[in-house]
Amino acid sequence: MAAGPERALREAAAALERGGPGAAAALGAAREAVAAAGGPAALGERERALLGAFLRSLARARPAAEWRSFFLEAPPGLALSVLLEALAAPGSAREAAEVLELFLREGRVPALLWELCQAPAGSPELQEALLGQIVCLPDHVSNKLQGKNPPVFFPQNYFPLLGGAIIQVLQKISESLRGGLDCSISFISHILGKVCVHGRQKEILSVLVPRLTDLTKSDCIWQRICWRLVECVPDRWMEAVVLGFVQRAPGADVLSRLLGNLVVKNKKAQFVVTQKMLLLQYGHTTAVLQNLLGYLALDSLRRALLIKVLKELLETWGSSSAVKHSPPEQQQYISKAILICLSHLKEPEIESCRQELLTSMMEGVKCHLDSNLPQIRRLGMIVAESISSKINTDGPVLKFQYEEDDEARELKSLLVQTPPFCVVPGPRDDDRNDKTDAALPGELESNKKSHPAAPVKPEEESDAELDSDDDLIPYDMSEDKELKTKAPVYIRDCIEVLTGSEDVDKWEATVKALESLVRKNPAATREVSVELAKIVLHLEEKTCIEGFVELRQRAQVAILTTDPIPVAKYLTSQFYSLNYSLRQRVDILDVLVLAAQELSYPKSHGKTKHSDAQKPCIQLLPGSDSSKDWRKIVDERIKNKTRRFATGQSQVERASGPNEFNSVAGHFFFPLIQHFDRPLTTFDLLGEDHFVLGRLVHALAILMYLAVNTMAVTAMGKALLEFVWALRFHTDSYVRQGLLSCISSVLLSVPAECLLEDVTEELLEAQSWLGDVVEKDPDGDCRRLALQNLLLMENLKKKLQTVPS
Amino acid sequence: MALPPPDPQFVLRGTGAAIHTLHFSCGSQEPAVPVLFSGSENGFIHVWNLKTHRVDTALDGHGRKSVYCVETMGGKDQLLSQGRDQRICLWDLAEGRTAVTDSVCTENVGFCRCSLLKVAQGRWLMAMAAKALEEVQVLELPSKTSVCTLKPEVGAKLGMPMCLKLWQPSCGSQPLLLAGYEDGSVVLWNMSMGKALSQLVCHQEPVMSLDFDSEKAKGISGSSEKVLSIWSLNEQQNLQVYKTHKLVNAGICDITIRPDKKILATGGWDHRIRIFGWKNLKPLAVLDYHTASVHAVSFSDHKIPSERLLAAGSKDHRISIWSIYTQT
Repeated sequence: MAAGPERALREAAAALERGGPGAAAALGAAREAVAAAGGPAALGERERALLGAFLRSLARARPAAEWRSFFLEAPPGLALSVLLEALAAPGSAREAAEVLELFLREGRVPALLWELCQAPAGSPELQEALLGQIVCLPDHVSNKLQGKNPPVFFPQNYFPLLGGAIIQVLQKISESLRGGLDCSISFISHILGKVCVHGRQKEILSVLVPRLTDLTKSDCIWQRICWRLVECVPDRWMEAVVLGFVQRAPGADVLSRLLGNLVVKNKKAQFVVTQKMLLLQYGHTTAVLQNLLGYLALDSLRRALLIKVLKELLETWGSSSAVKHSPPEQQQYISKAILICLSHLKEPEIESCRQELLTSMMEGVKCHLDSNLPQIRRLGMIVAESISSKINTDGPVLKFQYEEDDEARELKSLLVQTPPFCVVPGPRDDDRNDKTDAALPGELESNKKSHPAAPVKPEEESDAELDSDDDLIPYDMSEDKELKTKAPVYIRDCIEVLTGSEDVDKWEATVKALESLVRKNPAATREVSVELAKIVLHLEEKTCIEGFVELRQRAQVAILTTDPIPVAKYLTSQFYSLNYSLRQRVDILDVLVLAAQELSYPKSHGKTKHSDAQKPCIQLLPGSDSSKDWRKIVDERIKNKTRRFATGQSQVERASGPNEFNSVAGHFFFPLIQHFDRPLTTFDLLGEDHFVLGRLVHALAILMYLAVNTMAVTAMGKALLEFVWALRFHTDSYVRQGLLSCISSVLLSVPAECLLEDVTEELLEAQSWLGDVVEKDPDGDCRRLALQNLLLMENLKKKLQTVPS
Repeated sequence: MALPPPDPQFVLRGTGAAIHTLHFSCGSQEPAVPVLFSGSENGFIHVWNLKTHRVDTALDGHGRKSVYCVETMGGKDQLLSQGRDQRICLWDLAEGRTAVTDSVCTENVGFCRCSLLKVAQGRWLMAMAAKALEEVQVLELPSKTSVCTLKPEVGAKLGMPMCLKLWQPSCGSQPLLLAGYEDGSVVLWNMSMGKALSQLVCHQEPVMSLDFDSEKAKGISGSSEKVLSIWSLNEQQNLQVYKTHKLVNAGICDITIRPDKKILATGGWDHRIRIFGWKNLKPLAVLDYHTASVHAVSFSDHKIPSERLLAAGSKDHRISIWSIYTQT
């Protein structure tokens, strides 16, 4: 029966081989033979093979006639394979590419996919081969044609086209399902999986997701098709597909429609959704998190997972090791996920795990508050507040004091869940501006405030006897100034007032006047400097004076700069002695740094600068992060030093004068560095007081920097490098940042020759450590600082090479 | 160039304690000696002879508890004093006597000075803060019969009365009472009906002192804030803010309008006495002599205008006597 078409095909192929005018006839014959066999879809195994052979010779011979259209009529799978072979063959690449382009343009891709869906029986190898050919088509073509690749083969065009084809095929499948016919979808799933794993999620899903969102809206057959489509993706590609869907679904409800209960059925998908995306990765946007967790919350089967996820997240959040070693960005991500989870939990669910929540909250808040990074501390406070408000609906809730900024507000807003069916995330790109409109209506209210008893305007002219008491001539009232308590005029009076006075006004006035008094009477101050420093160090805020901390600090700086050596000796010894609060120890460090700064500046410069705004920026108020300012100073210096070729501005003549820090630098520096490893009963720098250690390290870095051009600088640098070496593996990133700043300071302050002569060993050690930090440190700032240090070293090396001694 | 402010005419020292209240009695005919009564923190009332500038008598009737209000009843021989021992004493000082003839127990723990108004020959009304925190009680003296008790409405939250001023409208109708309260409001009370006619929130802080000019129907009040508030009473007996005046330093202890209604004086926490023209509240002088809060200011009732004096008593134990704007 099949003998007729078989022979005809064989003859046609032979005619084609012979070439010449017979080619057109052969084409006709082959067409007829295919038609006789019942159309391209009905060809048997052997006929397909013969047709393949014919196509191959056709691609080789390329007769003048309409040979191209024959490829469009032939079974699409066969045609594609032959065309790709022809593409690979030397000489026929151009034509094959042309036909391929035609193949794509004429909508043969849906036909190809449909063919594969209908005949799933084909050998797995064949399927695999075709899968590869379809997915890698753009690569094949562009490899072959190099620069002359037609745009239709560009991935950004090809994959959307493929997506469109998938939709068409799915439509056909849905029709045939409605017609009662069974249909396999697994080849489409394979295609989808492979495309996604090749990194083309964006291109293909940007077509698929919106269309599927529409189609599944009210049609349960479409929903089933969609679920099946995702479920049939092989495990090895599941992650890429799920990730793509989660990122691009416009909302949790849509995601739930598209994926169904995939996470419950498929282990791999479950792992990706509940572990990988939440605990291992942290680069996803908040909208993605909301999609993901919202999806888990939308079905009762999945809610069990939601609670499990929450517990795991809390475990990570509450683990002190994670808090110490994972980057702040990840901790923020986890905190966000926890808040979103909490927003989805219902009362009975919370009830069932209240005790566990409480336990993890207590642990977590402890290790967060222990951190030196203000950001981490605040994260801990916000999350703990949220948990506590969720589990104690009627009892007292935790309340912390922290700065309300945009980040805190964003985090808190996550706790108030928008109802799941009107989520408006910006999934594809970063369009998240829609939220700003919401703030408008509230503003109108504030204008309606009632005014308390507005004064009735006095009727100016109604007084008839207007002038009668204008003969009362006023006396001079220029002395009528704001009342000020008279501050003491002598330093010794200050001591008396500050130590024993009960008069609060006088005490206040003294605190305010102390700095200027000390600066005006250096000789008198020197007589009592240590005693005064002691009093001021122990000064407690008796009344509520505005800026008391700052006033006290300025007074301390004034005393220290007036009589540096004895006072520095006193302060540094007190830093390591018993019975001081951490606050006082940190004060000591701040004062030493500020005084060093003042002493090392040229005098005329320092005078004007120091009286005003420049100081408070370094002063540490509770909760502020002054390390940023410190680092800024160092960074600025590094910039100044490293990019000197780019500067063009004229240098202003600087006032010059002797560096007063020169003679006293050692007194500031060495006592501080000596005792850090000797714990006292109340003070353990290497133990739990690592916050003070961090401040100490930063202070040392600044003192080192300020000691530039002094005599002691080389010895200081050597000691500091040893100190850094001892602490280099400290677990606290704030401390490590300080250590890296120390190295920068050493490199900048110590003259290059001395660096080479005296501390070569230490520098080489430091260099290898820096290399490690750049690669492995979890903290971004540490990596950046280390890199800067390496650059500095590099510059130093260059400088030495250019000036051979 | 304006003249520098004058110095005090003389200063009375020797009370040994902070002065809380002052009262002149200079109106009687010669040869009677003009006197000044001062009440101080140690519980003594000193009677100062203004000719010799010495203390004539020191009266001890309040158990060494601070005396914060002294008034005369008719002449300088009949005296009323209020002290922190929760008593108001009536004294007979005629012919050198120093006897307490009668006393009223106020049972009030506040600092509110009582206010005295002569309604007929030998009959006075006295308003004082009562035992209950928000209440004011009005008695008739010397009979001590209660005229009425003024209670704010329930929920008014006025707080304690801080200062009182009884006055008689010029048309001769019933006397009225102005009371300044802890919440900063001034309330006008009708005593026969026992109800508030008008309430005005003049200050954010407690009203420390007020005085009222019944001719112009205008009053002034001071608080611990930096403003003086001047308010007026219209025909419908409603209080309205008329003007406010900003001060350099916060805190007013006492305000007095001179009996001729030309000027007024304030004593402040800033140790200064301020003189203003009463008509338009033009600042006239700032008298800076004391070294602590001025607790009391008082004008004398001399018959001859040029002899009129101003006295100020301060926490610094001194009483300064000034002669200022006497030629008008």
